[in-house]
Amino acid sequence: MKRIAGMLLVVLAVAGVLWADSALSITGAGATFPYPMYSKWFDEYHKKNANLEINYQSIGSGGGIKQVTEGTVDFGATDGPMNDDQLKAYQDKHGFGILHFPTVLGADVPAYNIPGVTAELNFTQDAIAGIFLGKITKWNDPAISGPNKGVNLPANDIVVVHRSEGSGTTYIWTDYLSKVSEEWKTKVGKGASVNWPVGLGAKGNESVAGTIKNTPNSFGYVELIYAIQNNVPYGRVKNSSGAFVKANLASVTAAAAGAAKNMPDDFRVSITDAPGKTAYPISSFTWLLVPAKFSDATKRDAIKGFVKWMLADGQNYTEALSYAKLPKEVVAKELKALNNVQ
Amino acid sequence: MATTTTTVPSAGPVAASRSFLSRLREGDEIARMITFLFAASVVLVTVLLVFELWQGSVLSRHKFGFNFFRTSVWDPIFEQFGALPFIYGTLVTATVSLLIAVPLGIGAAIFLAELAPERVSDTLEFFIDLLAAVPSVIYGVLGVFIVVPLMRQYIQPALRHSFGFLPLFQGPDYGVGFLTAGIVLAIMVIPYIISVSREVLLSVPRDQREAALSLGATRWESTWKVVVPFARAGIFGSVFLALARALGETMAVTMVIGNTPVISASLFSPGYSIAAVIANEFTEATGDLHTQSLIELGLVLFILTFILNGVARLLIVATSKRGSGMGNV
Amino acid sequence: MLTMTGVCALVAVSVLFLILGYLAVHGGASINWNFFTKLPVPVGETGGGLANAILGSAKMLLLASIFGVPIGFFGAIYLAEFSGGTTAFVVRYAADLLNGVPSIVIGIFAYSLVVHPFKQYSTLAGAFALGLMMIPITLRSTEEFLRAVPNPLREAAMALGASRWKTIASVIVPAAYRGILTAVLLAFARVAGETAPLLFTALGNQFWSPGWTHPTASLPVMIYTYALAPYDDWHRQAWAAGLVLLGLILVINIVARAILSRGIAVPRS
Repeated sequence: MKRIAGMLLVVLAVAGVLWADSALSITGAGATFPYPMYSKWFDEYHKKNANLEINYQSIGSGGGIKQVTEGTVDFGATDGPMNDDQLKAYQDKHGFGILHFPTVLGADVPAYNIPGVTAELNFTQDAIAGIFLGKITKWNDPAISGPNKGVNLPANDIVVVHRSEGSGTTYIWTDYLSKVSEEWKTKVGKGASVNWPVGLGAKGNESVAGTIKNTPNSFGYVELIYAIQNNVPYGRVKNSSGAFVKANLASVTAAAAGAAKNMPDDFRVSITDAPGKTAYPISSFTWLLVPAKFSDATKRDAIKGFVKWMLADGQNYTEALSYAKLPKEVVAKELKALNNVQ
Repeated sequence: MATTTTTVPSAGPVAASRSFLSRLREGDEIARMITFLFAASVVLVTVLLVFELWQGSVLSRHKFGFNFFRTSVWDPIFEQFGALPFIYGTLVTATVSLLIAVPLGIGAAIFLAELAPERVSDTLEFFIDLLAAVPSVIYGVLGVFIVVPLMRQYIQPALRHSFGFLPLFQGPDYGVGFLTAGIVLAIMVIPYIISVSREVLLSVPRDQREAALSLGATRWESTWKVVVPFARAGIFGSVFLALARALGETMAVTMVIGNTPVISASLFSPGYSIAAVIANEFTEATGDLHTQSLIELGLVLFILTFILNGVARLLIVATSKRGSGMGNV
Repeated sequence: MLTMTGVCALVAVSVLFLILGYLAVHGGASINWNFFTKLPVPVGETGGGLANAILGSAKMLLLASIFGVPIGFFGAIYLAEFSGGTTAFVVRYAADLLNGVPSIVIGIFAYSLVVHPFKQYSTLAGAFALGLMMIPITLRSTEEFLRAVPNPLREAAMALGASRWKTIASVIVPAAYRGILTAVLLAFARVAGETAPLLFTALGNQFWSPGWTHPTASLPVMIYTYALAPYDDWHRQAWAAGLVLLGLILVINIVARAILSRGIAVPRS
């Protein structure tokens, strides 16, 4: 009996050791914002390249930045670009830099779950800022009901939902709020992880969408596809030109129009509150974080190969998931920048 | 089974027997050394763990000192880290869980130890032990899908209706929060209270009960006034054990507590616990100060559970010694 | 008053059946061939399974046992057979300390020791964290069962001229083997459901995890991730996974207790 167990153990151990890297396995981690897109991409890319597995874990943009800086993952992903301090920290730690590569355009939408209300609500900048600052506490507050004449909003308390971990989606949302609300800018600021005045914390876009779906009277921000896939109602936001715009492919693309023409070399740009009558004000690029130098040439080539595919065929998958394609100028610029990855 | 080959030392030359003995000793020495290495590695790894926790929090310990335990702001942007909301949340949820679990658990233990026939007691104890084996994440899933909606739709409104004048039961009905986390924790720690208390009660010597009964006490009086006080220390020990488990719980709590660092008098408010914030923020704490503050929280949790476990063990041992020293068990 | 205590006991026990019932009702239907053989599919699509999580958990548990059980077992032999008072006290104290460490803190420790220096999330790191948790359970239980072997057995073996280690290997351990096996099974069942330490060590993987040095999916982490997400298909898989995991743990517990109860007169701890 013991002998059999012993032999079984040995067989298993040997099998485990032998069955090692038959496929090249690359690990990336970061944003949940583009996760539906990335999980589709990496799955498709694996079908075309059976020997390559790109394992992407959505732990939040903060996690992506931290882990790629620590070196525990091969690449990162974030919707809030690394700031100068973080870039410097990376450079100091590794001796070379890290590059941002935009992948798609997406949007943060104000999602809600109000019992009895199925209409699409209009939100002004002040309404959103007021709710998240904790100053507007009831759904029938004039700031909310004003632009929504004809909708019967209940006098219920608003349950605010936000992210509990470091998140690029939060970065986009707070970046927008800092631009449209002076009070938000001084009191809370923008970042992946802020000191929220009110609200419940949930981990990942997935969990925020789940919480909103399950909690009556809730209000939170999620990436567009999460609201769509889970049938969570989301509203229109007033943009800088005064129009109430709903997030969709057209309005997000319009928001990126200006940035496309004037894209900085490092691709770090904010397109929230973008000018334009049809622009959706809480749009954003999302980036892959790729180290500028790889010690392992096969990994480097694999990642570069993926980025090239992503910029070409990959862009054809985006619209089915409600992410907008990258503007042509940005794609061209990225292909050139790819040469900087060594 | 292997047979031992023995060489009975003949009455012959001493030299032969000594070399046999020294061979013996060598074999034993090697066995002793090998097993010592394994045992020592346990100590080594534990010391290493404490060291890592201490070293890993050096930045935040030096920067904040004892203010770490007095500040309630947790702001990664402005790099201000205060542990108070997490300590508060951990303690409040643990207290709520004990308030629910202790009466239920001791009641059940009394039933199992004193009143139930032996077969019933053993069968029920079997199921209770299985309950203790259920993983935390499953309690969390049950919490999210059963307890939270129940709280939000029925229990919280009912509590507010009856006791809403108390600050404990005010605020919106999120469904998640301190009370929900406390309830889920209570379910998780009841098995520990029951099984340890049951054993402690069973170890109270029979003559204690018989003496009470012979003096005219009823069954209940004998149990409640004689047996339970005798086993009091051990029962306290079980409560401390349960408390230690409740403090360290991560998954179930983070799924139902609301993950918001606030200190609020209301049990309906969402909150945060030490274990939950570590689980949520550790992999992405950018900046050394943030990471080290989280590790310092881990150190605090470790010290808390260490003290509680130590006290619990002392109390339980004290009771069983008392029981066994005073007559037949 | 008496009936109240009975009610308490019944309430406590009924929770177990509530849990099993809920998981069975909601997850039972999703336990199909797909679940055990397919990999997860992209977010929002249906038809995937958790085969990689099942294998990942199995690999980590196997490695954790290889790492944790011998340390606990041989350490217990040292405590029961060889050691003096002070050393024994220190080792037991350390083991109790390790046992009481919250699993999230074990996760931090494993991250700083294994993930950070090697810059790699891996099955190994997850197994290390789980193995650490198995050590104290195995150690303390094994020691108790070894100690409970009656002294006459030892003395008889020694009287026949057997050396210390021969006595242990051929007489004492076999006499206590039921209890030791129970201890190992219970330790295994305990760590099988642990989630927190895996968050920082094994990370996750939507593909099969090659070898031992890459991140891997695991059942408890998948349950956690899927349960909190809004996708109904993920919920069904989470419940199915929960049922499988809980079923496995309960079966191991029942088997362990059965082994023990059928054993020789070694008193229960």
